[in-house]
Amino acid sequence: MSHVENPAGKQRPEFRNINAFKDLPTYRLPAAGWVSILHRISGLLMFLLLPFIIWMFDKSISSEISFAKFTSAFTLGLGFVPGALVKLVVLGLIWAFVHHLIAGLRHLWMDTHHDAVSKEFGRSSAIVTLALSVGLTVVLGAKLFGLY
Amino acid sequence: MSVNFGSQRTVVGAHYGWRDWLAQRVTAVLMVIFTLVVLLSLIFTQGPIGYDTWSGLFSGQFMKALTLVVIISLGYHAWVGVRDIWMDYIKPVGVRLALEIFSIVWLVACAGWAVQVLWRL
Repeated sequence: MSHVENPAGKQRPEFRNINAFKDLPTYRLPAAGWVSILHRISGLLMFLLLPFIIWMFDKSISSEISFAKFTSAFTLGLGFVPGALVKLVVLGLIWAFVHHLIAGLRHLWMDTHHDAVSKEFGRSSAIVTLALSVGLTVVLGAKLFGLY
Repeated sequence: MSVNFGSQRTVVGAHYGWRDWLAQRVTAVLMVIFTLVVLLSLIFTQGPIGYDTWSGLFSGQFMKALTLVVIISLGYHAWVGVRDIWMDYIKPVGVRLALEIFSIVWLVACAGWAVQVLWRL
């Protein structure tokens, strides 16, 4: 590598023990790194919100009355939680699901295609994943907040 | 499975790596199929989607069976994923064990609730 042949060259940062407060804000992740850590964050988010997801399933499916309660949660709110906050949480879930799904399909593609395991494909597919998940979240979020 | 006795026995690792790696992919594919079935059913519905359409979607025996499979798949899939997160970031053994027990209880309880909702329909 160049820094071995050229000791007078630019000093590159070394990370031996990553400090969450000192290093993470300056640590520059490549696109594939962002897809990877967001895959974990989105999965954990859906895991923690699982009771809310099942609550929505329960209310939306059990009876006409509970279905009305389900739809009114998005406008009138849920107990002390205002409707806008319910929508915001659901928007977070939409992003988490879409990102986790597309990043997962990228994983499956790489598992089954040898030519897909390259630096170039890793980068380009990561950018496509990020663009698609953010794009779909914006489109579905606009519908959720009644923009169309 | 690996040999766990005699001179050929494997003495390193936890031996669930390959099994869980495959299980996570199989359960993921099942959930993708479920997502496609729900999405296509809703897209090809005539008129507005109200309670009747939505609950009717899950009332058929095929959809009930598929949803049950997906509930179990989701539990296993989430268990593998969340356990990986705890193993990577949580180093103290006691805290890790507590989080792993919490994850199992959380997932089993959620799966039970989801099954209850599904089968009383």
